[in-house]
Amino acid sequence: MVEANLTATRDGPPRAREADEPRDSVVVRFGADQPLRLDAGVSLAPFQIAYKTYGRLNEARTNAVLICHALTGDQHVASTHPVTGKPGWWDIMVGPGRPIDTERYFVICSNVVGGCMGSSGPSSTNPQTGKPWGLEFPVITIRDMVRAQAMLLDHLGIERLFTVVGGSMGGMQVLEWAATFPHRVFSALPVACATRHSAQNIAFHEVGRQAVMADPEWRGGRYLVEGTNPRRGLAVARMGAHITYLSDAALHRKFGRRFQDRDNPTFSFDADFEVESYLRHQGISFVERFDANSYLYLTRAMDYFDIAADHDGVLSNAFKDSPVRFCVVSFTSDWLFPTSESRAIVHALNAAGARVSFAEIVTDKGHDAFLLDEPELFAIVRGFLEAARKACGLEP
Amino acid sequence: MTATSYQHDMTMQSTARAPGNVRVDHLVVAGMVAPGSKVLDVGCGDGELLRILSETRNVDGRGIEISREGVNQCVAKGLAVIQGDADTDLADYPNDAFDYVILSQTLQATSRPRQALEHMLRIGRRAIVSFPNFGHWKIRLKLLFGGRMPQTDNLPGTWYDTPNIHFCTIKDFRELCGTIGAEMERAEALHASGTPMRFAAPWWFWNLFGEQAVFLLKRRT
Repeated sequence: MVEANLTATRDGPPRAREADEPRDSVVVRFGADQPLRLDAGVSLAPFQIAYKTYGRLNEARTNAVLICHALTGDQHVASTHPVTGKPGWWDIMVGPGRPIDTERYFVICSNVVGGCMGSSGPSSTNPQTGKPWGLEFPVITIRDMVRAQAMLLDHLGIERLFTVVGGSMGGMQVLEWAATFPHRVFSALPVACATRHSAQNIAFHEVGRQAVMADPEWRGGRYLVEGTNPRRGLAVARMGAHITYLSDAALHRKFGRRFQDRDNPTFSFDADFEVESYLRHQGISFVERFDANSYLYLTRAMDYFDIAADHDGVLSNAFKDSPVRFCVVSFTSDWLFPTSESRAIVHALNAAGARVSFAEIVTDKGHDAFLLDEPELFAIVRGFLEAARKACGLEP
Repeated sequence: MTATSYQHDMTMQSTARAPGNVRVDHLVVAGMVAPGSKVLDVGCGDGELLRILSETRNVDGRGIEISREGVNQCVAKGLAVIQGDADTDLADYPNDAFDYVILSQTLQATSRPRQALEHMLRIGRRAIVSFPNFGHWKIRLKLLFGGRMPQTDNLPGTWYDTPNIHFCTIKDFRELCGTIGAEMERAEALHASGTPMRFAAPWWFWNLFGEQAVFLLKRRT
């Protein structure tokens, strides 16, 4: 069933065009004279960043909000996705009158370096060869993503962000912003994240990567050049990962043991259960919009993330005397980035003397809760930004 | 786990309110805080005291609260509050991080009051502690003549269903201060309503007639 469905999807790699010339996005190209220096010890130049903005930058350039997207997100935070036609991934949070109010703030969201929606990544064209980078693309880190975002802000003439916000891998970028550029951030809202990727999370990522690489169509990462596409591998990776974004309770509530369009088991390996059918759908729809190599690079970036390790092994050193106002949020049923990880952030921030709020929200929706309709999250984001606005002297 | 949200559990219908619907006992505590200082409110409930402190004393206030609802209300109000437990989480704060650490109506709900108090005086240069006085004459009479654990308007819980596990009298508290080497800078006995008893009296009198007490403590150097 998986095979039938997956091979029935559109043929040919859809990525190459989107990777170089993304639709409905602004692209800034940095030339050879503006290299992005990477943690891997090499430089990326030239390179490009694709981004979206919403709202208007005020005259003093003080109302900018940077939204950092998660592993499989992109710059289309609050507007229709050009590939899927679906609403923006956080339009419930970002927009006119929403908690991150685009009538008040100038919202910027850029595709991360290593991504596949228009910022330089493994599916982009390597200017040296004229062919897609593939595995020739250097390995990037969360800090590299943040450095690239800082270059984008320089380009936009924004010295300091009013706030930087994101969940999951986006939350990692938020923490990295506060640690690396504390004076360019007035407030920070890391949601459902951690200061380091746990062994369990690295393990899950490795399973996903192995699924991609085990697909014969992956061709050692050269599928774009060879005209194949490791859809099955990427879909399996997505199916596995998707389970980690939910919770046992949420799966039970949504699907239970119900059968899909049938009253009895078929005594076969068809998708008898609703939950199987749902996961297959998740996998299939994902490969339509995401590049397999980008999946490898971005999961790797998360694996390498460990802020304490970058600061002599002491997490609070990363935030010593930080002027940033923090609001850390976690969810009770999130087992991928459990509350204990957020508490570790809070402890370090307290030890560093930083100003921090921390709220844990009760929900059975698991890690994905940060993307969903959680009124308590909206109230907290609203209240935190409101207070920060007053403290910052930002006009209403 | 102990409740540090004692303020929520108290029946406050008898609590006096100043103009602006502010609790009088909060004003007594606020009166002990120097303007512009850095304050940690342990067991900050819905953040009312922190709000008063930031609005009237211009303090840089932080809070710890055990109840999730309390924390989320505080954060939504823009207060810097984290979810935590006075018994376990004070240990994570560095020395001298605050000018004042406040424990308002929460001491009796901690599982290790002495340790909590020692941490407060380590984290802050000063500590402000308010608590219900179990030496009040009404409580003494209830125990003497009723023969059962006293229940009052301010302490309505039954002995088996209350977050308050470590009651003490004003006399007991003074003794603990001596034991841990805390210097008493100021003390106020309050009526049940939270209004201060505005006259000088010997300790035994306060211990008998004060329904609540507020102490401003300093680390003995």
